[in-house]
Amino acid sequence: MVPFAFARPATLSETFAVLDEHGDEASLLAGGTDLVIELRNRSRRPKVVIDLKRVAELRPGISERGGWLTITATTAMTDVQENALVQMWFPALVDAAATVGSVQIRNRATLAGNMCHASPAADTAPPLLVYGAVVNVASARGARRVKLDEFLVGPRQTVLQRGEVVTSIDLPIATERRAATFVRITRRRGVDLATVSLCCLVDASGSTRFAYGAVGPRPFLVADETGALSDPSADDESKSTVLRALLEQASPISDVRGSREYREAMLLVMSRRALLSSIERLGAA
Amino acid sequence: MRIHVTVNGSEHDVETEANMTLLDFLRDGLRLTGTKECCAVGECGACTVLVDGRAVNSCLMLTAESDGGEVTTIEGLAAGGKLSVLQDAFLASGAVQCGFCIPGQVVAAHHLLARNPHPTLDEVKEGLSGNLCRCGGYMQICAAVVAAGRANR
Repeated sequence: MVPFAFARPATLSETFAVLDEHGDEASLLAGGTDLVIELRNRSRRPKVVIDLKRVAELRPGISERGGWLTITATTAMTDVQENALVQMWFPALVDAAATVGSVQIRNRATLAGNMCHASPAADTAPPLLVYGAVVNVASARGARRVKLDEFLVGPRQTVLQRGEVVTSIDLPIATERRAATFVRITRRRGVDLATVSLCCLVDASGSTRFAYGAVGPRPFLVADETGALSDPSADDESKSTVLRALLEQASPISDVRGSREYREAMLLVMSRRALLSSIERLGAA
Repeated sequence: MRIHVTVNGSEHDVETEANMTLLDFLRDGLRLTGTKECCAVGECGACTVLVDGRAVNSCLMLTAESDGGEVTTIEGLAAGGKLSVLQDAFLASGAVQCGFCIPGQVVAAHHLLARNPHPTLDEVKEGLSGNLCRCGGYMQICAAVVAAGRANR
């Protein structure tokens, strides 16, 4: 690791001051499970690393307010998995968080960090997308709210500007009945990135949302508002036609985890499975 | 920078470089070489230690992040010169082959048992999915943890 200074701001305003002073030469540290690897292999050489874990406003926490569930920036995956409110309202997020890395990784890695790292294969992105997550961003200039679908730009790229910090992620608590399913294939169960991941959400109004990971430059969200997919009596053939149209946005590549052809074939299979499971869960809810 | 950290019950007030990992601090600074360095990217679990009661990869933590915290390494699991029930179970099950991964396996299993005292085989597999064994001794390792869970009853 190249030497760097270590800043431990106690408040957000102190954080902004350090960020504004160092700009692009500062790296933000939450769980560190991505950053420390990049520091060691020298793909990142910041002048200063800013540890967010001692910032009062960013302390780990999951709270409900005004129809939203708010997960702060330093909340670890383990805490997301074990939280009763997340389990009740966003079970597919629990399933996705439970697939991240290993126990050791989940004890450090944060949900917000998973979004800021912006890997195309980020495990928690598909459920956050179908649940309509909003990212709270703050800087010395003020705060803004960004839909996650707009926050993620490309591989390792977000809309974050110089001086900005993600303070929390908000999830809208639904008033109507709905059900979601997260599915993922990997070469082995622990500590592997997704070959394909997706989340399917069906709600009582007939709307169906899919979000996909690891099959494009960034996780993406698509929706069917016609009711064709969520209709339990519609035949498989017509559903597959709708699914294929939704999947046109997918642009998988061939890599060590699977070929483009394999990913394309699995996309349709996994989408059908997740859809069936969500429809069943909605019926049972 | 100066940090204060408790390791296996002993308090340390030390000067550390910001770019030193917790793993390097434990091994090179405190000479606690039970914790192993292997993949150094958080995939193998050989460097697993407990920080404030949670199992973590010490290769992915900066020493500075442990300031004010409590760290437990493999050296801290035996009490009064006696191995823990879990450590005895590893010996009884023949779970140790070359031994390199074992400190990480034992610490990860210790963490699992602290949260789930009587795990099933599947729960052990999930709990230890972040720990690789190049000898392929997984059956005996998992059997040891299940046995330690039974012995806890």
